Amino acid sequence: MSHGPGGVSLVEASLAGAATAVEEARPGPAGRAAVGATLQPTLAELSRPGRGGGKVPHPPKDALDGIPADARRVSPLALPELNEPEVVRHLVNLSHLNYSVDTGFYPLGSCTMKYNPKVNEWAARLAGFAGLHPLAPDALAQGTLELMHELQGALAEIGGMHAVTLQPAAGAQGELTGILMIRAYHRARGDTERSQVIVPDSSHGTNPATASMAGYETLTVRSASDGGVDLEALRSALGPRTAAVMLTNPSTLGLFERRIEALLEVVHDAGALAYMDGANMNAVLGRFRPGDAGFDVMHFNLHKTFSTPHGGGGPGAGPVACVERLAPYLPGPLVIRDPDGRYRLERSDERPTAIGRVRAYQGNVGVLVRAYAYIRAHGGTGLREVSADAVLAANYLRERVGTAYELPYGGPCKHEFVASARNLRAASGVRTLDVAKRLIDHGFHPPTIYFPLIVEEGLLIEPTETETLETLDAFAEAMLAIAREAHDDPQRVLAAPTTAPVRRLDEASAARRPELRWRPMVGRETPCPT
Amino acid sequence: MSYGPHTADDRDRMLAALGIGSVEALFEDIPAPMRSAGLELPPPMAELDLARRMSELAGRNRVDLASFLGAGVYRHYIPAAVDEILSRGEFYTAYTPYQPEISQGTLQTIYEYQSLIAELTRLGVVSASHYDGATATAEAALMAIRATGRDRILASRAIHRHYLDATRTYLDRGSLHLEELPTTVDGTTDLDALERALGDRQHPVAGVLLGQPNLFGLLEPMGAAAELAHAAGALFVAVVEPVSLAVLAAPGEYGADIAAGEGQPLGIAPQYGGPYLGLLASTEALMRQVPGRLVGETRDLDGRRAFVMTLRAREQDIRREKAASNICTNQALCALAATVYLATIGPHGLRDVAAMGAARARELEGALAAAGAARVHGAAYLNEFAIRVPDAERVHARLLEQDVLAGLPLGRWYPDDDTLRDALLVCATEVTTSEEIARFAAALREVLR
Repeated sequence: MSHGPGGVSLVEASLAGAATAVEEARPGPAGRAAVGATLQPTLAELSRPGRGGGKVPHPPKDALDGIPADARRVSPLALPELNEPEVVRHLVNLSHLNYSVDTGFYPLGSCTMKYNPKVNEWAARLAGFAGLHPLAPDALAQGTLELMHELQGALAEIGGMHAVTLQPAAGAQGELTGILMIRAYHRARGDTERSQVIVPDSSHGTNPATASMAGYETLTVRSASDGGVDLEALRSALGPRTAAVMLTNPSTLGLFERRIEALLEVVHDAGALAYMDGANMNAVLGRFRPGDAGFDVMHFNLHKTFSTPHGGGGPGAGPVACVERLAPYLPGPLVIRDPDGRYRLERSDERPTAIGRVRAYQGNVGVLVRAYAYIRAHGGTGLREVSADAVLAANYLRERVGTAYELPYGGPCKHEFVASARNLRAASGVRTLDVAKRLIDHGFHPPTIYFPLIVEEGLLIEPTETETLETLDAFAEAMLAIAREAHDDPQRVLAAPTTAPVRRLDEASAARRPELRWRPMVGRETPCPT
Repeated sequence: MSYGPHTADDRDRMLAALGIGSVEALFEDIPAPMRSAGLELPPPMAELDLARRMSELAGRNRVDLASFLGAGVYRHYIPAAVDEILSRGEFYTAYTPYQPEISQGTLQTIYEYQSLIAELTRLGVVSASHYDGATATAEAALMAIRATGRDRILASRAIHRHYLDATRTYLDRGSLHLEELPTTVDGTTDLDALERALGDRQHPVAGVLLGQPNLFGLLEPMGAAAELAHAAGALFVAVVEPVSLAVLAAPGEYGADIAAGEGQPLGIAPQYGGPYLGLLASTEALMRQVPGRLVGETRDLDGRRAFVMTLRAREQDIRREKAASNICTNQALCALAATVYLATIGPHGLRDVAAMGAARARELEGALAAAGAARVHGAAYLNEFAIRVPDAERVHARLLEQDVLAGLPLGRWYPDDDTLRDALLVCATEVTTSEEIARFAAALREVLR
């Protein structure tokens, strides 16, 4: 291999110096600060007229002569003017203000913040993948098409499903895709009176929002005391108007839905279809396949289960897998392998039953490349080991955290568990939010808090399979220490964080008087330097 | 290869703490008939073998042709600093900034992104990103529907086909209507047809969508279209290409209420379709209709300036079925790419990129005309235009044999339009060289002979 991932470019080498300009960090109780400490000015404040340039050659003076006057920009283009070294230093210093998987433990429930392998980043940047135009003829795209075809097959195998589209850009878009496919299915059967989608009260907010976006009315059913969906509540909500039921399994409480057989049976008896939110697939890789259980359609979150990085909020990818009777409605184009071994994109006239596109082109392919690499690295046996280690770590941490926090639901949990600070609040006035903020002072990213909505003072904790036992123990110790602090010195917890670059923020006035950009628009146009 | 750190001893200690002998005990809650014994997937690979496999697949793609293919995705020079910053784990391995105290890096860069796009578009409110140009366009149409309480969208047929397809999918709930506006012989949207469609008082219009430049690369009469839309009480949505805004009138200048578009040209590689960057900006009057995340400035308890996600009551995790959209995960890292790109290229550099593309396109037009292929349309263009050749698919295939990617045969997207059956949509940018243009022209002359 001529250009291995270990190769350091001149650019990287020259920037290493900038990266070592570490700010003075304020250590927390655990002896380390979660992030750097120095706030930064904005790009606009750093701008000085006359700086920058030199990235591209100057065009000829008459380059724009063909543009009619009334189509031209009149406003000055008041973008900041900066030299590259300032831009790089600014952004590197800003990066130090971020907590990340690469810098620490990120037990954010429902988000599966596992390690993001570096070879996957390297692979996605290979010129053959990165430089390929999305409308390039199939003959030029055989490598990526083969990868996508193989990934379609691997996800179908993992989900126990018949067919897969890689097009959806994120989990929420996968949900929309699946619900639109379900509607197309009902419509094709002349079953047009189904106007409702049922979701449990523990569901992700995207589920009811998706139902609304697809034009459905949402019905919410309560959970039973064991955390699972209440079978009787579901049965009475179901009817001839039900189009679909959206379930998350394992649930957002980190529990496997023990009544899943009965639940899916009543769904199908009502003529509705079962959608599975696959956000929590990390718990059951190689152990439970939604298609085998009777789910009709599901999405995967490649940025959770298959380790593609979250990017500070995105991009992700939300491929959708379905059983055979829904396959006619998958959005096109799918990737097809012809009998001669060549790969190609499906033509729009090959499957006229397909729902329309949900986005342009073929999907977040750069994300698909990373997920493919992850699946190939692990193989079938490795993915089964992933779920084993993720579930073992969660149960171990649950056991340890449970010595000081309430555990509202019985075990075992799957890849995540819910704890509650309800008892702590009653005894000390310290709420879940305060525990979360105090974890920052202990050097950790807080878990997901106040979700699912049905848990009072809830903390949803997901350790993933890539954290060492030492890290799990250190986090448990921090949680226990905070519980002690809440009793001994609650003010300390209520004031947290004190070691982060900023203290708690005034979110109310941010929403009351939104300041969403540099105001007034800054910078001023200066004459072109040449 | 595994990324899990647990030794056999680690696992034993955890199992002992749980009082169980095997991890399988933790999966007994899965009903036995549905328990899966394993997956039929290839065996694990060592990193070396995986790296070989990935290199081999990447090598099977061809990205070395002289390419004149644009149609919504454009090759541009990406300053080396962009990928350097994007490769920082502190940025790309962070989650959505729900804990603002330890996410100021992401939050401030999103705020800077919003500010930069606000300046480019001259619209005050910019969402923290959508999936791509198609979904940003669809969300813009839905915004117009929410804001006006009307249910009818008019969109020029000269908007990118995939954007129109996605918008149709997003509007397909029985009660919403999308109608395409025809184009005139010069390739721009037919304003008489727009006026007639807006005149239907029985069915008032929520939003009018035009592309600038449109899919054919042509400059639309945006100001006139916006006036017509507003006179009928409709919102005007501009579907824009961001680099062009360095030289073309900004949506805020011609009265657009919403701008949507594909941010890929701002420092993002083509990657066979994504991840890209859905641009969505609006006037401040529409602030509470904007779907997706917004970051605002605020203060901490000690009065320090800081940034935080704001106006959260629009979002799915708070409002559930009443949210403005179901979007959660967005394209934040791509917004960071655009931020680094704009900060390093600067205002003069961005104008140079746009103007150099225009200059190269004029050079291309001249060379192709001399080779026997004239433009299809009469309207002014920036850096992309359609040429007429007999049997466009055959010409396209023949040129491919010569390692020239001769743009997009428009007949694929407009099969029912006789005027586009023999058209190739070609583009040039600042990375297009005179040598490539000469190769294209020479090969074309040969094919047409």
